[in-house]
Amino acid sequence: MDNQIVLKKSLFRSDAVQRLLAFGALILLFIVFSIASPNFFQFDNIVGILLATAVNGILALGVTFVIITAGIDLSIGTVMTLSAVMTGVFITFWHLPVPLGILGGLATGAIAGLINGSIIAKMKVPPFIATLGMLYIAKGLALVFSGLKPIYFNDTPEFNNMAMSSVLGAVIPGFDVPNAVLIMFGAAIVAGLILTKTVLGRYTFALGSNEEATRLSGVDVDRWKIAVYTLGGLFSGLAGVVIAARLNSAQPSLGQGYELDAIAAAVIGGTSLSGGEGTILGTVIGAFIISTLSNGLRILSVPQEWQTVVTGTIVILAVYLDIVRRQQQ
Amino acid sequence: MGDVILTMEGISKTFPGVRALDNVAFELQKGEVHALVGENGAGKSTLMKVLAGVYAKDAGRILYKGKEVEIPNPGAAQHLGISMIHQELNLMPHLTVAQNIFIGREPRAALSFVLDEKAINEKTQELLALLHLRLDPRTKVSALTVAKQQMVEIAKALSFNSEILIMDEPTAALTDAEIDELFRIIRQLREKGVGIVHISHRLEELKQISDRVTVMRDGRYVDTVRTGEVTIDRIISMMVGRTIYESSPEVPEKPSQEIVLEAKNLNRGNLIKNVSFNLKKGEILGFAGLVGSGRTEVARAVFGADRIESGEIFVLGKKAPIKSPTDAVRYGVAYLSEDRKRYGLTLKMDVEANIVLAAFQKFMGMLGWVNSSKTHTPADHFVKMLSIKTPSLQQKTSNLSGGNQQKVVIGKWLAANTNILIFDEPTRGIDVGAKSEIYRLLNDLAQQGKSIIMISSELPEILRMSHRIIVMCEGRITGELNSAEATQEKIMKFATQRAA
Repeated sequence: MDNQIVLKKSLFRSDAVQRLLAFGALILLFIVFSIASPNFFQFDNIVGILLATAVNGILALGVTFVIITAGIDLSIGTVMTLSAVMTGVFITFWHLPVPLGILGGLATGAIAGLINGSIIAKMKVPPFIATLGMLYIAKGLALVFSGLKPIYFNDTPEFNNMAMSSVLGAVIPGFDVPNAVLIMFGAAIVAGLILTKTVLGRYTFALGSNEEATRLSGVDVDRWKIAVYTLGGLFSGLAGVVIAARLNSAQPSLGQGYELDAIAAAVIGGTSLSGGEGTILGTVIGAFIISTLSNGLRILSVPQEWQTVVTGTIVILAVYLDIVRRQQQ
Repeated sequence: MGDVILTMEGISKTFPGVRALDNVAFELQKGEVHALVGENGAGKSTLMKVLAGVYAKDAGRILYKGKEVEIPNPGAAQHLGISMIHQELNLMPHLTVAQNIFIGREPRAALSFVLDEKAINEKTQELLALLHLRLDPRTKVSALTVAKQQMVEIAKALSFNSEILIMDEPTAALTDAEIDELFRIIRQLREKGVGIVHISHRLEELKQISDRVTVMRDGRYVDTVRTGEVTIDRIISMMVGRTIYESSPEVPEKPSQEIVLEAKNLNRGNLIKNVSFNLKKGEILGFAGLVGSGRTEVARAVFGADRIESGEIFVLGKKAPIKSPTDAVRYGVAYLSEDRKRYGLTLKMDVEANIVLAAFQKFMGMLGWVNSSKTHTPADHFVKMLSIKTPSLQQKTSNLSGGNQQKVVIGKWLAANTNILIFDEPTRGIDVGAKSEIYRLLNDLAQQGKSIIMISSELPEILRMSHRIIVMCEGRITGELNSAEATQEKIMKFATQRAA
C-alpha cells in the first residue's frame, strides 16, 4: 500500500505535469485567440509569434540553467546588448569576416558570464547583486563601444540573411520560417541535451538541490557554478548576435527589461526559483506563452500597456498553480 | 583488528571565539570499529570533519598508511579512501537515489562529458542488492522516508570502496530493525578490513558494535580504551568528567485529573486515522511508535501546522478551532519540532531574539517598535532558569550546542506563556549529560502544572519519562499503557500492530 501512495505522489509531482499544464495553457491561448480573431491563426501571424519568441527564448534557455542552481542572472538583457554591439564593432568597424564577428559576439557573452560566475563563486557575492552590477556594467560598455549610436551591418547583407532568410523555405516552398526561429530551436535542443545528458546538467540540478551536500560529495562546486553562469552568458551572446542580425543593426539602448521576460518564461515553464527543478521544454513553452499572449492581445487591439499587465498576472498565476500543486501531495 | 591505518596527532582547530580542538590524538586500525564519544561540543564531529577535509586543521599532523597527508577538501579525502556520513543528511532531494550515490563521479558514456545513466542505475542496483536494500535507483530522494534517505547515505559512502568510513550518528533516525541492518553492514565491512569511526550518543550501541572507544571532552582527548574492558558507567564518567549519573527512572508524581487537551476523531488522509486522546494537567504523555507512524503528524495537526480533514480539539473543555500555529499559541499550545534548526530556531539571530520571538507582542511598543530593554530581562531570566550555556544573550544560536539550542526553544515557548508543550524527539542528537538535564527540565515543567506530550523513538526514554504512553502504527492509535504496566516489549507489539 505504501508503494502505491509513493507512486501516485511521484506521478502527481513529476515535472511532466507542470509541462503539461503549461502546454495546455498555450493550446488554450491558441484556441481562444483563434476564435476571437480570424487574423490570429494565419501562417504569417504564427511566423510572427515564432520570430518574436526567438530572442527571448534563447535568453530564457541560459537563465533556466542559472535558476535551477538556485541562482539568478539579471544581466542577461544588457549582456545581450553588449554582445550585439561587439558583433557590430568586429564586423562593421574592424571589417572582420562575419563568422569571426559572430564568434566575437558569442565570446563577449561568455566572458560576461564567466565574470559573473567568478564573482559569485569565488568572491561569494550573492547572484542577485553580482549580476545586477553586471547589468549596469554591460549597459555602460555597450554605450561606450557603440559611441552611443546604433551600428548598422549595411556592408554585410549576409549577416542579416543569416537570421532573416529561410533555409526551410528553400527546401519546402512557401514554408518561409526565418532562420532565427531555427536557431532558437537548435539552441533549445542543445540546451536540453546539456541539461539532461551531461555532467554539467547533473551538477546544475545538484547545486540547486543542496549545494553543501554537493560540495561534501567532492564536487568542485565553484568551478561548476562558474561554468553554469558562463553557459548562461554564452546564450546571451547568441541572443545578441541573433537580435543584431534580425534588426540589421546593434542598438546600444535596447535590451534592458529583456532579462525579466526571460526569467518570466522560465518560471511559467515550471523552473523553481528555489532551485533544483526546471526543464528546457517548459522554458520554451513559457517563452511561447508570453509572445503568444502579447501577439493575440495586440490583434484584439488591447493596448501595449495592458498586455504588460496581463503578462505580470500570468507569471503570478503560473507560480501560484505550481504551489497549489505541490501542497496537494 | 590489524595494522594502524590512521594516526592523528596534536590536532588543533579554533573557530571564532571557540577552541574546538586542542591538541587531540586519535588512532584507527584496519578492520576496527572505533567509537568516538563525548558530550555535545566535545569536538568529535569537528575532529572527524578535519579528517574528511571539511575543515582545515590549524595544527597537528595526519598519518595515513604511514605517510603524512594533507586533506584540503572533501574530494581529497574521498580520493584517499576516507568517506564520512554527516549527521545532517546530505542528499540532493531533487535527484534520484542513483544520481545521489554517484554524484561527483558519474559513469561517463563514449564522450567524457556525457552521462551514462544506464550504468549509474545498474551500478546502484548492484550496490543496493549487496546491502539488501529494496529501493528503486530511479526514485527521487525527496519521495523517501528519513530512514530510507539515511540508507542511501550509507550506500553512497560504501560505494567509494573506502578504507576509512566515518559515521556521525548514523542511527539517530533509524528504528531498531534498521539499526540491526546497519550493524550487519558494519560487521561485513569490518571483515573486509575497513576502519570504521562510529560517533554516537547511544552508548548501549557501542557495547554491541565497537572494538575500542575514544572519549573526548571539551575539545580535548581523554582516553582510548577497549570496549570489552569498560562499563558504560565508566565511559560516561570519562565523558562528563564526574562519576555521578542518574539512571534511575524519573517518572514524576501523579498528575491531576483535570483534562487540558482533548482530541476527538482526528483524520487526515492516510497519515492520521481516527485519532482520539486526552492530556491531563501536569502530565507527561508519551507518544511511541516507529518512524512514520503518524506521531509527528498528530502533533502538527494539534498545533495547526497541517489542516485536518475532520475531528475536533478541545482545550480546557472548550472547543478550540485551531487552524494555524497562531491559533494554537493563543490557546497555549506549543510545538517543539524534532528538526530544531529548521523549525525551532532562527539560527542567524541571537539567543535573546529567539527567546522573545513567540512573545514579541508583549514587548512591542507603539507602532511595532521593539523595546529592547524589555526583552533583555525575560531573556536573561530564561537563560538562567534553564541554565543555557552561552557566552552572552547576543550569541547567535547557530553557535550553541544541540542541547543548548533545545533549551533556547523551550525558553521561547515558556516566554510565550504556553501551558501545553508538545516535544517531538526532544533529545534527538543530544548527548547523555544534556539529555538528563532536558529530562529534569521536563519533570520540573510538569510539576509546575504544564502538560507535556513527548514524542520519542527511544523506548527507554519514553518508559522513563511518561505517566501514560500512547502507541501509534500507520496513523492509528493501537494501544495505551500506563507507566506501571509498560515495557519495551508491549510497546513494540502495539507499534507493529498493522491493520488487517
